[in-house]
Amino acid sequence: MITVRKFDAVIVGAGGAGLRAAIQLSEAGLKTAVLSKVFPTRSHTVAAQGGVAASLGNSEEDHWHWHMYDTVKGSDWLGDQDAIEFMCRKANEVVIELEHYGMPFDRLDNGRIYQRPFGGHMSNFGEKPVRRSCAAADRTGHAMLHAMYQRNIKANTQFFVEWLALDLIRDAEGDVLGVTAMEMETGDLYAFHAKATIFATGGAGRIYYSSTNAFINTGDGAGMAARAGIPLEDMEFWQFHPTGVAGAGVLITEGVRGEGGILRNSQGERFMERYAPNAKDLASRDVVSRAMVTEINEGRGCGPNKDFVLLDITHLPPETIMKRLPGIHEIALQFAGVDALREPIPVVPTCHYQMGGIPTNFKGQVVVPGKRSQNEIVPGFYAAGECACASVHGANRLGTNSLLDLLVFGKSAGESAVDEMKQSPKPHKELPTDAFDRTLERLNRLNTQKDGASVHETQLAMQRSMQKHAGVFRFADLLKQGVQKILEVQKDVERTEIKDKSQVFNTARVEALELDNLIEVAVATMVSAEARKESRGAHVRDDAPDTPERPDGRDDVNWLKHSLWFKDENRLEYKSVNLRPLTVDTIALKKRAY
Amino acid sequence: MNEQQRIRRERLRWHSRRALLELDLVMRRFWQSQPELLDDLQAEQLECLLAMEDHDLWELLSGRQEPADPALQGMVALLRQPTGF
Repeated sequence: MITVRKFDAVIVGAGGAGLRAAIQLSEAGLKTAVLSKVFPTRSHTVAAQGGVAASLGNSEEDHWHWHMYDTVKGSDWLGDQDAIEFMCRKANEVVIELEHYGMPFDRLDNGRIYQRPFGGHMSNFGEKPVRRSCAAADRTGHAMLHAMYQRNIKANTQFFVEWLALDLIRDAEGDVLGVTAMEMETGDLYAFHAKATIFATGGAGRIYYSSTNAFINTGDGAGMAARAGIPLEDMEFWQFHPTGVAGAGVLITEGVRGEGGILRNSQGERFMERYAPNAKDLASRDVVSRAMVTEINEGRGCGPNKDFVLLDITHLPPETIMKRLPGIHEIALQFAGVDALREPIPVVPTCHYQMGGIPTNFKGQVVVPGKRSQNEIVPGFYAAGECACASVHGANRLGTNSLLDLLVFGKSAGESAVDEMKQSPKPHKELPTDAFDRTLERLNRLNTQKDGASVHETQLAMQRSMQKHAGVFRFADLLKQGVQKILEVQKDVERTEIKDKSQVFNTARVEALELDNLIEVAVATMVSAEARKESRGAHVRDDAPDTPERPDGRDDVNWLKHSLWFKDENRLEYKSVNLRPLTVDTIALKKRAY
Repeated sequence: MNEQQRIRRERLRWHSRRALLELDLVMRRFWQSQPELLDDLQAEQLECLLAMEDHDLWELLSGRQEPADPALQGMVALLRQPTGF
């Protein structure tokens, strides 16, 4: 039996984007429910340390237009320039609002918010680095969630904690009318019937074997959207961080190489000297990641399987390590079993951030191709944060733009939903008779599956396939094989079996349902990556040569377009990139060089 | 294990899903190595630890801090054991 509960708005996910959207709705007096798998302040936004970008100009001159330029360039021109202008112009407003919510930003002596430089953020259209990142020590994401959670409590947002959203409810006209969900405490099923449904479910970094993402990042929103016929945009673009601990994924900060850490191959060679003679180990993330993968692919990897390289800090004075790199010694000991003062740390490029997602416009409204336009609004459906693709990050995200993205588009999605409900008030549309069918079929299949596949083994097979076939450096033949492999894994996901059939707090069932979401993202990624025959941003193919017409393998003539993957028949469509900003001139295409 | 204990255990297992990967990995190792051994007192200690903020819990489990409550020391020691991943 499914109990129906009515709200004006239901938000799925209580990380930064979900909490920001909820503030907008609840403060407008709308009855708002927020569903979250975990307690809101345990969402993965907590892990964000770097800060939030805003051209406040507190320490030196800055301008939103410069920030916009950096973001377009960072995106390798795949970002939509209307959305990027919108985000960069809104940055100061959302940061100041956050300050008013009680966010404890680091401050200058004059009381203004302290700002620090961050990779890729420059002044005067790429001239020199600028201090643009606003942070709260190294706990920016954590402080942000606390400030916004408190604000929501004050505004009477209703939280449903430890609830798993299961499927999107759409009617025959394609309108979104809410979600089905399971209360983990009881195993009971509910429908949240709402005039506005906002997805803020975060990324799906767990599709990769080596990932810096927490286990909760299972792409639930993307999976639900895909099953309900919504395409996923630009899923081939994943940002990899060069130094994740091999086998564990835990991030080793760039600061380690900044302090003199050296990458070595199995011969002990400092191989970065060959790939980047000047910057060496401090070259940009993508250059270092590709060099590491080349070393491994050419047989110079370390360990019994020759599948990692070494990050060596043994030549640094122990006191420097303990003082300047706090925590690294503990991470190496815990996750690699090595004493970093005496032995090098095994590292591999590790999946970090999902640039693609559920397609939206800059108002946070979900858009799909239709008869009238390539961006028709899906009534009642909004998305924001890492699960969405506005698209501001395009083919590559700049550091500190992710926290900005979730604030700006969380607010924007909330505002759009409020406007829609206030300007044309309507009663709830009736739920269709088949509203719960997809959910009931999935649960029934899982409960009755015999001789099925193990959830754990199947997830591992998916993660290994993604790592091998759609990793940081991509090869035509591996991608082709990867499509076949991931489709085989998908068949196993359709026949997963759980031994424990109990109702109350059945974590095995939750994990099986999460895998249903992960696999949609994995298939979307592999199929979109195989099809894109160029290199751009984070998608780097071995068979896209660097020529004067196609610098770094980027092919603007044929591939300056967004991928849209549809679950239905596993098909791809493409839509053009919006090169027209809202008020300023287009930032013209050129080679992305730093 | 009665039904009540099973539920308590499953809830603890879910509360071991954290915001930081570091903690997810430590907690996964714990659950894999301590399948049936959790008694009521240990469950209580684990509840206390899992109620902490993620960054604070990581400070404890990575050995950079010691628990304020000595009663939690045993459980913290159990969670710390570095064996590599």
